[in-house]
Amino acid sequence: MSATGAGAADGPDLVRLTAAQMAAAVAAGEVSAAELARAHLDRIAETDLHVHAFLHVAGEQAMAAAREVDRRRAAGEPLGPLAGVPLALKDVFTTADMPTTCASRILAGWQPPYDATVTARLRAAGVVILGKTNMDEFAMGSSTENSAFGPSRNPWDLSRVPGGSSGGSAAAVAAYQAPLAIGTDTGGSIRQPAAVCGLVGVKPTYGGSSRYGLVAFASSLDTPGPLARTVLDAALLHEAISGHDRLDSTSLDAPVPPVVAAARRPDVTGLRVGVVAELSGEGYAPGVLARFREAVDLLDSLGAKVTEVSCPHFRYALPAYYLIAPSECSSNLARFDGMRYGLRVGDDGQASAEEVMSRTRAAGFGPEVKRRIMLGTYALSSGYYDAYYGKAQQVRTLVIRDFTAAFEQVDVLVSPTTPTTAFPIGERADDPMAMYLADLCTIPSNLAGNAALSVPCGLAPEDGLPTGLQVMAPPLADDRVYQVAAAVEAALDQRRGHPLLARASALDRAVLGEQEEGR
Amino acid sequence: MSATAAGRAAVPFEDAVRRYEPVIGLETHVELGTASKMFCGCPVTFGAAPNSAVCPVCLGLPGSLPVINRAAIEYTIRIGLALNCTIASWCRFARKNYFYPDMPKNYQISQYDEPLCTDGWLEVEAGGRRWRVGIERVHLEEDTGKSLHVGGVTGRIHGADYSLVDYNRAGIPLVEVVTRPIAGAGALAPAVARAYVTELRDLMRSLGVSDVRMDQGSLRCDVNTSVAPAGAPWGTRTETKNVNSLRSVERAVRYEIERQAGVLDAGSRVIQETRHFHEDTGMTTPGRSKEEAQDYRYFPEPDLVPVAPPPEWIAEIRAALPELPAARRARLQALWGLPDADMAALRNAGALDLMERTVAAGAPPGQARNWWLAELARRANEAGTDLTALPVTPEQVARVIELVASGALTHRLARQVIDGVLAGEGSPDEVVAARGLAVVGGQAALAAAVDEAIAANPDVAAKVREGKLAAAGVLVGAVMRATGGRADAARARDLILERLAG
Repeated sequence: MSATGAGAADGPDLVRLTAAQMAAAVAAGEVSAAELARAHLDRIAETDLHVHAFLHVAGEQAMAAAREVDRRRAAGEPLGPLAGVPLALKDVFTTADMPTTCASRILAGWQPPYDATVTARLRAAGVVILGKTNMDEFAMGSSTENSAFGPSRNPWDLSRVPGGSSGGSAAAVAAYQAPLAIGTDTGGSIRQPAAVCGLVGVKPTYGGSSRYGLVAFASSLDTPGPLARTVLDAALLHEAISGHDRLDSTSLDAPVPPVVAAARRPDVTGLRVGVVAELSGEGYAPGVLARFREAVDLLDSLGAKVTEVSCPHFRYALPAYYLIAPSECSSNLARFDGMRYGLRVGDDGQASAEEVMSRTRAAGFGPEVKRRIMLGTYALSSGYYDAYYGKAQQVRTLVIRDFTAAFEQVDVLVSPTTPTTAFPIGERADDPMAMYLADLCTIPSNLAGNAALSVPCGLAPEDGLPTGLQVMAPPLADDRVYQVAAAVEAALDQRRGHPLLARASALDRAVLGEQEEGR
Repeated sequence: MSATAAGRAAVPFEDAVRRYEPVIGLETHVELGTASKMFCGCPVTFGAAPNSAVCPVCLGLPGSLPVINRAAIEYTIRIGLALNCTIASWCRFARKNYFYPDMPKNYQISQYDEPLCTDGWLEVEAGGRRWRVGIERVHLEEDTGKSLHVGGVTGRIHGADYSLVDYNRAGIPLVEVVTRPIAGAGALAPAVARAYVTELRDLMRSLGVSDVRMDQGSLRCDVNTSVAPAGAPWGTRTETKNVNSLRSVERAVRYEIERQAGVLDAGSRVIQETRHFHEDTGMTTPGRSKEEAQDYRYFPEPDLVPVAPPPEWIAEIRAALPELPAARRARLQALWGLPDADMAALRNAGALDLMERTVAAGAPPGQARNWWLAELARRANEAGTDLTALPVTPEQVARVIELVASGALTHRLARQVIDGVLAGEGSPDEVVAARGLAVVGGQAALAAAVDEAIAANPDVAAKVREGKLAAAGVLVGAVMRATGGRADAARARDLILERLAG
């Protein structure tokens, strides 16, 4: 038997390997990158009708990229730690050879002339991009229901949302369509879908991964990051996309934290872990809280020093976020006006440029995007700026101070990642406030720009759906969240005897035709 | 009300400024001549093929991000220091949000409440006295693209058949210099406005930060004007745009004073509005009114980090500042010994550089001044052009002066030489040769005339041989008579003494 166990694996089994195993198998010549790409493209063809994780599958480009990795291997050229591994890319990153739509009608079919830095780094690492994944329009939402092209579905229960906004990326990884995916996290858009799909999802320190070519939602918050089925896979991807980028002024010129080493060191002995008092209690599902408490107990039993920490201003984080993010989005999305690219509506030769802009935006943006543009436009208006945007920035400072004070007492903070498990499609679609609460626990780290991760911590007893443990660390201490997650992952896998995701059976039933109508 | 306002007669200027006190203010945009644009690596060009100097960043494509051009910050600090401003130790860019097709992102990256330079001044000369114009702020922003509206009567977007946009200009670094209100200039307000823009232009040019061509739009001026009865609080101001020459600055202020005085005389109120200046008529007409005024929803640009120029860098830039125009003028005036009126005339004619080069080529300042301000100014005037556009170099003028001083040319001949140079016949020496204007130029011809004069005046020659050198003047006179005044007297004298030397 080979070191990876992949030697004899055929297509269906290949897709269940971890990214680390796939890379090792490619490097060892046990499997070709082309075989891996083909296996995943087949899996997508087989399952995406049910999951709808992808907006665009780039089969030809993926096969070409895979064959290039195989050629380089054959030529004896050095390969990176993820060379030949397939990946699903959120459709918010520009790609010079695939459309980029942000799941919006206003950008339907738009073909960017350039690669995002994340895209370019993935290509340079020999990662094989399978296609572009579904999302909430312009990353605004927590369910992918705001996609102009229809929602993605949660592989654990196809009647439920996969979270959002990076829901397509999460669904793809949970459905074994790709071992890795890139998402973006503005208020929890990586961690929340990771939690409800039973995955590892990481929001790196703001500035740790480049935003160049990431179509902006909220510039001061947007952060690209990895989604994966294991902590180590997430760390490998994290490392591949990180590091200073001179094309992004807010990119940090600092060494990449040693996340891969941390993911390989599942040891929390003596680590000071703070439980955020404000992120639990009313509004949280009992099963979510139960699994969270078990995870905290687990950390305690593994040798961590667990204490409770208060972050009193976190209760204002959500309202502050819903002023700052819409304000920035109202400006960032102004460029979509039908003048230069994308959709143009009402250009009948009579209408003025202003009218065409207005008609294009009315037809091109979905209701949630319009809601946030209006919120932001209002919050920035003369006479209201100080009361809304200005005040929200003050709250942001207070949230940062809470973190700073907390990290003087503890090394990491923990909380549930989301208050509930995956909710049914349609349940919150008409209730924006209920939808916004999905990001209650994740938003503070976005406001502070620090590192945060979600790792699976079991299934909620009441619905049998995954829950996530959130781990937060100071800016540029990303390695700490991996270290804690690796310990939790190792202990839970050992306790269960298998990875959590092995329990997700809804999709396989669907593929096998056992899924009944009207579920 | 606006209909009657439009029909209201303007008050003659002298009458207007006798009864009303104007207050003016200027907002000047200067395109910086950096190699690349404000936030990307595209070249700063003028006149290139439309949309040939663009990239994802200056086109504002989704996902693109700005990166600050360090040279633009340096240029702006240079300008701020030259305008005696305080340079901010920490400042930010802001987004100015409004929709317009030539704005790629539908927001302009500019500076709002945290400009890079604040609180300076610039001294200008107008009406025979000096005015210290307060500078409120100097800030940095990106230029927009350029719209071309095809069809329609106004050349503006409304009524056009279609519009084209060239984004080559989008993202070119633009500095905005805003003055404090200038009050108390009275009838000189238009002249002060012009003098300010002139001085600012010269300053920018000397700093090497821009080519400051008003005709090409690399220097653009908005003029704020208000009038109020003497002693009353300041009136409502208008902002006049499209002022594209120094002369227009003066005319626009003058027209607005006359117009606003007419509005007030009729018992109406001046409307705060943007107005457009028309070069052809010298008048202004209303543009966007206050009702349609934009709320720009400024907020700090989250894609950029704050600018915090280190004090050592500012000190370095300060130390490297070139001599500024006012200091240079003072130095040159002292050096040349010219009166104020001559300096003003040279400056107004744009002839300071010409003058300086002429003197540097060896000409005495007084004579250089005479040539440029009298003789050549007249030629320029006749040709309907500027002194700087005359096809004669300062070195050539200096050569002509030298030829006159040496006696090789008389003034009358010198004017003919200049005619030849201006006509493209070559250098002064070439013209002298070609037109035969030399004062008996050939050595042989002069020698023959000298020998003739010695032979014809043996007594005088003997006196010179005895050492009475003054007597040589008689022989020189004879040579000059014999050559019809076209001999070089000094050379003739030298030759005579040489022949008669023991």
